[in-house]
Amino acid sequence: MINKVVSNIEQALKGVESNMTFMVGGFGLSGIPENAIAALSKMDVFGLTCISNNAGVDDFGLGLLLQRKQIKKMVSSYVGENAEFERQMLSGELEVDLIPQGSLAERCRAGGAGIPAFFTPAGYGTEVAEGKEVREYNGKPHILESALTADFAFVKAWKGDTAGNLIFKGTARNFNPLMAMAGKITVAEVEELVLAGELDPNQIHTPGIFVQRIFQGEKYEKRIEQKTTRKRD
Amino acid sequence: MALDKNQIAQRIAQELEHNTYVNLGIGIPTLVANYIPKGIDIEFQSENGVLGMGPFPFEGEEDPDLINAGKQTITTLDGAVLFDSATSFAMIRGQHVQLTVLGAMEVSENGDIANWKIPGKMVKGMGGAMDLVASAENIIVAMMHTNKRGESKLLKRCSLPLTGVGCVTKVVTNLAVFEIKNNQFYLLERAPGVSVEEIKNATEGTLVVEGEIPEMNL
Repeated sequence: MINKVVSNIEQALKGVESNMTFMVGGFGLSGIPENAIAALSKMDVFGLTCISNNAGVDDFGLGLLLQRKQIKKMVSSYVGENAEFERQMLSGELEVDLIPQGSLAERCRAGGAGIPAFFTPAGYGTEVAEGKEVREYNGKPHILESALTADFAFVKAWKGDTAGNLIFKGTARNFNPLMAMAGKITVAEVEELVLAGELDPNQIHTPGIFVQRIFQGEKYEKRIEQKTTRKRD
Repeated sequence: MALDKNQIAQRIAQELEHNTYVNLGIGIPTLVANYIPKGIDIEFQSENGVLGMGPFPFEGEEDPDLINAGKQTITTLDGAVLFDSATSFAMIRGQHVQLTVLGAMEVSENGDIANWKIPGKMVKGMGGAMDLVASAENIIVAMMHTNKRGESKLLKRCSLPLTGVGCVTKVVTNLAVFEIKNNQFYLLERAPGVSVEEIKNATEGTLVVEGEIPEMNL
C-alpha cells in the first residue's frame, strides 16, 4: 500500500504557487473542497487559473478567492450566482473561459486518461466553436476540444482511505472523480478517512492511483444554495 | 387567456412518452415534473449526476449532497442512480436521454436557440445547455412568448449568441404550441381564449397556420 496521507492542510497544499492552474471539484456548492479553498484564500498566491464548473457564491467556495483577487482566469460552465464574479468579469479584471458543461467534464476526463483531444457536437455553430477545427461524423458537424490538466486538482469525497481510494456521496460526486484524474498533484479531502482495507474495493469510485495526497477535512459547512422543500400532506 | 408558467409546464407534460428518460432545465421546465400524466413512467435525469430524481424533500430532510442542476435540494426515487459529470454527459451526448425541455431567451424559425448570454449585460454561462441541445433528438422549449419589453421571442433569426443551431423541435409558450419544421413555426394549438390573430401579432418568425387551430386541452 502506498500511503497518501498528509498530516495537515499545510502539507496538503505544499508546492502551491502563484500563477498555477488548479482544478476545483464541486457543482454549485455541493462537493466542493471547502477546506482546501479556505486554506488557499489565506495564502499569498495570486494570478491563479481555476478550472471549476462554478465559481462559488460571494462569501463561500471560490468566491473567497475572487474576493481577494487571487484568480486571474476562470474556466467554468456556469457562473450565475456570484455578484463579485460578474463585476470582475464585466470590468475585464477577470478572464473567463466559458465551456459547455459536458465538454468541461470530458476535457478533464481526457486530460487524466491520456487523450489529448476529442470531437463533440456541443457548441457547434456558437461562439464556443470559434477557432476550433470542425469535422463531420455521421453527417453531423463536431468541434475539436482539447484535454485539460492542472498543476493541482482539489477534490472532495465522502470517505477515503490511506491509499487514496475515494467514495463519493449523492450528487457531490459531479466533477470530482474527473478532476482527480487530471491533476498533476491531486489533493483529496474527505469527511471520513479510514485505514486501507476498510473500504470495500467493489464500492470505490476513484482509485487511489489518481490521488497524491489525502486528508480528513477539519469541518464541513456544506452550505445549501437553493433550499427547496415540499409540504407534508 | 394566456397560460401561466404552471400551465405551460402542464401542457409540456402531455408530450411525455411512457418509459423514457427526460432532462428538465431550470425554471418552467422543472415544473413539468409536477404534471406527469397517469400511466406514464418517466425517469428524470439531472446533468449534475442523478437519474431517477424525485420531488423536493420534506422540510428538515434536505441533504446538501443531493441537488439538481438548478442547485435545488431534491430526493431520489427507487431505482435512482448517481454518477459523475462525464458519465452524465455520456448519457446526454450518446442520446440515451430521449427528451430535453429547456427555457430560452430566443428561438428562431430554423430551430436555433439562444439562452446563455446577453453581451455586455448578462453572462451566466451555458451550463449543460449546449451539450443538451447538440445531442437530444427531441428538444422542447418552454418560454414566455414575448420578453419584458413585449417583443417576440419567436424570431426569424436569433439576435443573441446561440446555444445551438437547428435543434429545437417544439416550442410551448403562454400563447401557443408550435412545431418547428421547414424553417417555419407551425401553429399546433392555441391557449384557451387566445386567438390566431393575437399569436400572429406576437410572432416575428414565419408562422404557418393550417386549417382550424384547436385550443389546448389542459
